[in-house]
Amino acid sequence: MTATVDGVWQALETVMDPELDEPITDLAFVESHTVSDDGVATVVLRLPTFFCAPNFAFLMVADAYDAVMEVDGVRHAVVTLQENQTADAINKGVAAQAGFVKAFEGEATAELDELRTEFLSKAAIAGQDRVAQPLVDDGAHPDELAAMVLGDVPPSVDLDRLRDRRRKIGLPAGDDAPLLMHPDGSRVTTAQVPLHLRRARLRRVGIEANGHICRDIMQAKLAVGAP
Amino acid sequence: MYEKDGEKYFVVDSHSHFWDASRENWREGREEFAKGWIDCFYGYHQLAPPETHWDYEKYLKVTPEDFKRDMYEEGHVDVAIFQSTYLKEWYTNGFNTVDQNGALLEELGDKIIVNGRFDPRDGAEGLKQLEADAKKYNLKGCKLYTAEWNGDSRGYKLTDPATYDFLQAAQELGIKNIHAHKGPTIWPLNKDAFSADDVDQCATDHQGLNFIIEHAAIPRIDDFCFMAVQEPNVYAGLSVVVGGLMHARPKFFAKVMGELLFWVGEDRMTFGGDYNIWTPKWQVEGLVDWQMPDDPAFSDYPRMTTASRKKILGLNAARLYDIPVPAELQLPTDDPAQPGEQLVDA
Repeated sequence: MTATVDGVWQALETVMDPELDEPITDLAFVESHTVSDDGVATVVLRLPTFFCAPNFAFLMVADAYDAVMEVDGVRHAVVTLQENQTADAINKGVAAQAGFVKAFEGEATAELDELRTEFLSKAAIAGQDRVAQPLVDDGAHPDELAAMVLGDVPPSVDLDRLRDRRRKIGLPAGDDAPLLMHPDGSRVTTAQVPLHLRRARLRRVGIEANGHICRDIMQAKLAVGAP
Repeated sequence: MYEKDGEKYFVVDSHSHFWDASRENWREGREEFAKGWIDCFYGYHQLAPPETHWDYEKYLKVTPEDFKRDMYEEGHVDVAIFQSTYLKEWYTNGFNTVDQNGALLEELGDKIIVNGRFDPRDGAEGLKQLEADAKKYNLKGCKLYTAEWNGDSRGYKLTDPATYDFLQAAQELGIKNIHAHKGPTIWPLNKDAFSADDVDQCATDHQGLNFIIEHAAIPRIDDFCFMAVQEPNVYAGLSVVVGGLMHARPKFFAKVMGELLFWVGEDRMTFGGDYNIWTPKWQVEGLVDWQMPDDPAFSDYPRMTTASRKKILGLNAARLYDIPVPAELQLPTDDPAQPGEQLVDA
């Protein structure tokens, strides 16, 4: 089977900026993507600024590589990051499938799973605001919210997203899982509901504000062109 | 001083710069980084209203005349606090050194306060330099750029033992305000790029110092707020919060301000225009005109009052830096409203 450009794009749509909790395709981080007749996929990523942190950059480049390699018909993938302070080290590390510690020998001391989990955990909290806020607006009381499970909530994109983030870090995500949950998976009590929702909202505001700043700077960069 | 609708505001811009990012100052062999740094700032510059945009060449290095006009004549600023950021790994003469800033002291007198800087990795030499700078410029504050490159090192933490030595020395020299940049750091690569944890412990361990966390730790504003609730000597520096969001994303600006007002409180927020990323005029005028949107989604955020605006725009920073405020520009009574204990887990 011959790999298609659309297939490569769909694979890239599954790659997230771990901190912003959004796909790199929505963030305009994919500069170009092609695939040759003999199955070589070539993807170039870009970030809003030269100093975007290398750990996040590495995760995105490595995840993009893994995702593209899964596409039917892709035999070989070349995924590179352009114009970043550590682009060379990242590109070499990903190409060699060397892992983060090896790519940054002497500078990094741990692989990035913990970092990824930390941001997924934040996303799983922020997602509770997305799902619960409409219920609060409809007049749900703290005791109802504390008793609710995911199966009680009307289907929505936000609900799917919350389930997905929870699953990725091993938290309950089925219909019988509590809607409101602490980062360790324990249930939120009625008394804790108001503060818990405040915290969930703050997490969401933090993540979304960063996403907007990144988008705006990316847009400005593309509009102005490289000075 | 800025006056609007009969109200007078004493304005302290507590986070400003006067940098030299000109090509002549790009360090040989490190041009890519010097350019990458200022290009990054130029990206942020575009988030301001279009009529305030400068061309790239002007952006690289402004003149003292530009500074004076933009800050005092047009920008409504009464006192500017200069932050010093060296970045000598990339800029031959430094990006924004205490001596560069100090050159304007004589001319501007009380209208300017120069903050120093230190780098715990500089060891004994650094301590000597800090002492000399503190005496020469009568330092009351320092900017810490924890992600600054220094030889092979890509940054440090506020909790490093060496940092504690410097903070101790700073206190003995009369320095009481520490402005920590908690933006996107890059060392250690695998962890610190998002962590504001070191502020927490460091602030607890240094009760005699105030920690003004610039940019309210964006991109970690949530971690920052949770932490600031527990640490009464931690402040939210609004540089980048106002400049980066107020014009470009007004709705998100409202949400971020709402969260800061709720968790940190109006007594611990300080305005910073971040010159010359942006000019202060539109930021000061915008903040004075600004109110939480009248929309159900914002209904449980605190409202801004005239008193809140006066505190945030100048009176809070004036208190931290012992800046005399004319009687007519002060608030009638000092009524600090701290966020409640209920926000802290028992």
